[in-house]
Amino acid sequence: MNSSLLFNVTTVAYFAAMVVFIVYLTSANKSVGFVATLICWVGFIANTGAIGMRWVEAYAMGYEQAPLSNLYESVVFFSWSILLIYLIFDLKYKQRAIGAFVIPFAFGGMIWAQWSLDATIAPLVPALQSNWLTYHVITCFIGYAAFALACGVSIMYLIKVGKEEKAAEESPIGGILGMFPSSKVLDDLNYKAIMIGFPMLTLGIITGAAWANYAWGTYWSWDPKETWSLIVWFIYAAFLHARFTRGWVGRRVAWLSIFGFAATIFCYLGVNLVLSGLHSYGG
Amino acid sequence: MSKEKSFTDELWDFFCSLKLAIITLILLATTSIIGTVIEQNKSPQEYMQNYGMSESTYKALDTLQFFDMYHSYWFLSLMGIFAVNLICCSIKRLPRIIKIVREPTLVADDNLFRTFSNKGEVVAEGTIESVRDKVVALLGSKFAAPVVTEQDDKVYLFSQKGKLSRFGVYVTHSSILIIFLGAMIGNIWGFKAYINIVEGKSVDAVWPRAGQTPIPLGFEVRCDNFEVTFYEGGGRPKDFTSDLVVLENGKEILKKTIEVNDPLSYKGLTFYQSSYGPTGDPVYSFRVKNRETGETVTVKGAQGKRLALPGGTALTPLGYAESYQNFGPAAQVKIGTGAPFIVMKNYPQFDEKRGGAYSVSLLEATQSYYTGLQVAKDPGVWVVWLGCLLMVLGSCGAFFLSHRRIWVSIEQLDKGIGVKFGGNAHRNQPGFVLSFDELTKDFNDTLSS
Ligand code: HEM
Repeated sequence: MNSSLLFNVTTVAYFAAMVVFIVYLTSANKSVGFVATLICWVGFIANTGAIGMRWVEAYAMGYEQAPLSNLYESVVFFSWSILLIYLIFDLKYKQRAIGAFVIPFAFGGMIWAQWSLDATIAPLVPALQSNWLTYHVITCFIGYAAFALACGVSIMYLIKVGKEEKAAEESPIGGILGMFPSSKVLDDLNYKAIMIGFPMLTLGIITGAAWANYAWGTYWSWDPKETWSLIVWFIYAAFLHARFTRGWVGRRVAWLSIFGFAATIFCYLGVNLVLSGLHSYGG
Repeated sequence: MSKEKSFTDELWDFFCSLKLAIITLILLATTSIIGTVIEQNKSPQEYMQNYGMSESTYKALDTLQFFDMYHSYWFLSLMGIFAVNLICCSIKRLPRIIKIVREPTLVADDNLFRTFSNKGEVVAEGTIESVRDKVVALLGSKFAAPVVTEQDDKVYLFSQKGKLSRFGVYVTHSSILIIFLGAMIGNIWGFKAYINIVEGKSVDAVWPRAGQTPIPLGFEVRCDNFEVTFYEGGGRPKDFTSDLVVLENGKEILKKTIEVNDPLSYKGLTFYQSSYGPTGDPVYSFRVKNRETGETVTVKGAQGKRLALPGGTALTPLGYAESYQNFGPAAQVKIGTGAPFIVMKNYPQFDEKRGGAYSVSLLEATQSYYTGLQVAKDPGVWVVWLGCLLMVLGSCGAFFLSHRRIWVSIEQLDKGIGVKFGGNAHRNQPGFVLSFDELTKDFNDTLSS
């Protein structure tokens, strides 16, 4: 067995989970939802094993580095983080239906990584050989993953809330939308996910700054990646303030959350693919 | 009396408003994009060539300070507004919070009870005193020890938990100001500079990035040795290291081998490994065999020198490669006025096949390097880290803890002792509802039996 086999298992599992979640929404059968979650766990364990194995493989090649060293590795780690956050939310809030809107992000990451990213294990350039890299990437990605969940939940919210308003006088909502959690719960989950993502992103920015200072003597140099992480941080800070103190709920914060995730994805991928900078991923 | 607000009141309200905070955050986010799209601090020629700007566009954007926007007046002003906003907002709200924490309402009247969404009532047996003691014990073990107030034949209890979490927000907000302060200290009293040190040499001054005059260090730094290692099979550098020595008045104070990600710090200055390059000509030693006589000699000398061989001719080293087509170190040489050829250190027999009067093998080649160091002094960096630490602690307090309060009133009713209880939390209501339900159960269990 090697890591690439396990990565295949992971991709297939996330795809299957996604399909079964959709079946769950249409069939309204509880045991189908349970099966979907079970498949998520299988995929998550395979994903974990694959990352661990790649670590061992890199060491065997003489590279003492965590498996977070290039775009391929970071994308599969992103998928892993999304599953981590999703499964924690599933254990805590038991809202199965949101899987249908969150797992696609993880599947999208895996399929993209496997189809078009370079999976060779290459050594790190000296500037990136540091434990700070590991702390920095882990904190950032848990933050990104929480924002992904918040975005998925916000999309569900926007779909559901219109229907709810119309249906209020008539019969309760049936069909697929009937399987969605109520808009109040979705709104709350959006906010809960951002409450996890925001401190994680804060830690990610701080560890990044600490590392830059340790390696180059400047904790902040306004390079595009740093600046974009700050932009994302500003957006979610605005979200929290709007929510805490101006009592924004509902559509506006749902849009803000989707918008924030779009900025997150740009910070993660767009900066490297579109703009130039110091960060090596995708370089 | 006029209802007109004075100008200072208006200004104060403006800077206290949260709308301003949200707008500032969004403005900071959107304007920051400019500097990620337009590369910063390039020369006018580069902008006009790389971005196809006309000269007038360049001038216009330059006036708007778009080419160094993070240090522009308008961006710094936005940051300034952000800071003033934070300060005003905190000054306005802090006294209320301190009052809530230091002078809690100990006596809950019916009006207060009406505001609670979490409340309950039990009728208990016994006397006011015995019920009071039971409730005090219950709250003490399940929640927090209460303050007891006796007034008008009634007994009031108040207990609270997590009151300090009210200050989490203020810690978070001050941390932002502390980080700003640290950044300012670094900008005013710190600098960034670089130096190149040739192996074996020392320097006592560094060149700032912006500026022509060197900054004296007050001590000397010598580089004893520089080394670069490569990953197998390929030119990717694996690591580069410099052996640095700090000297004061000629005495060695400190020695450290630095590498990328592991700098040397001394007297508030930090030296970072950042680049390297060859300097001067390499020095070689060769073994040369006269193929007719079998006589062997060893010759040594620098590049371009004629190294005399027995028999009147000479060997001239012409060039050096650290890694020649993955075969390791190699030198290009010529003998007399003959054609140049290659000899390799790792393959001493290689030259046997060439023919000619002599066969040559490369014993040793030493290339000296200079090491490129970045030098930074930033006395504000600890202030920044303090700010970061406070930000993390403060946000944990603000996000995950809440101030929970419980009020109880105990009074004599016709049917027994009436116990009313209620409470609230300033955040995380659902979590509080759960624990309040538990508490309600405990009240019922302890008092109704
Ligand atoms: C423009 C500057 C800012 C102003 C004027 C401001 C103001 C405020 C105010 C008035 C509150 C409500 C406090 C309360 O409910 O008692 C608040 C809450 C908060 N702010 Fe800010 N803020 C600013 C920037 C930030 C930033 C950049 C952050 C990012 C870390 C932040 C983090 C928080 C947090 C975590 C809360 C928690 C709210 C709560 O639970 O009460 N603030 N802010």
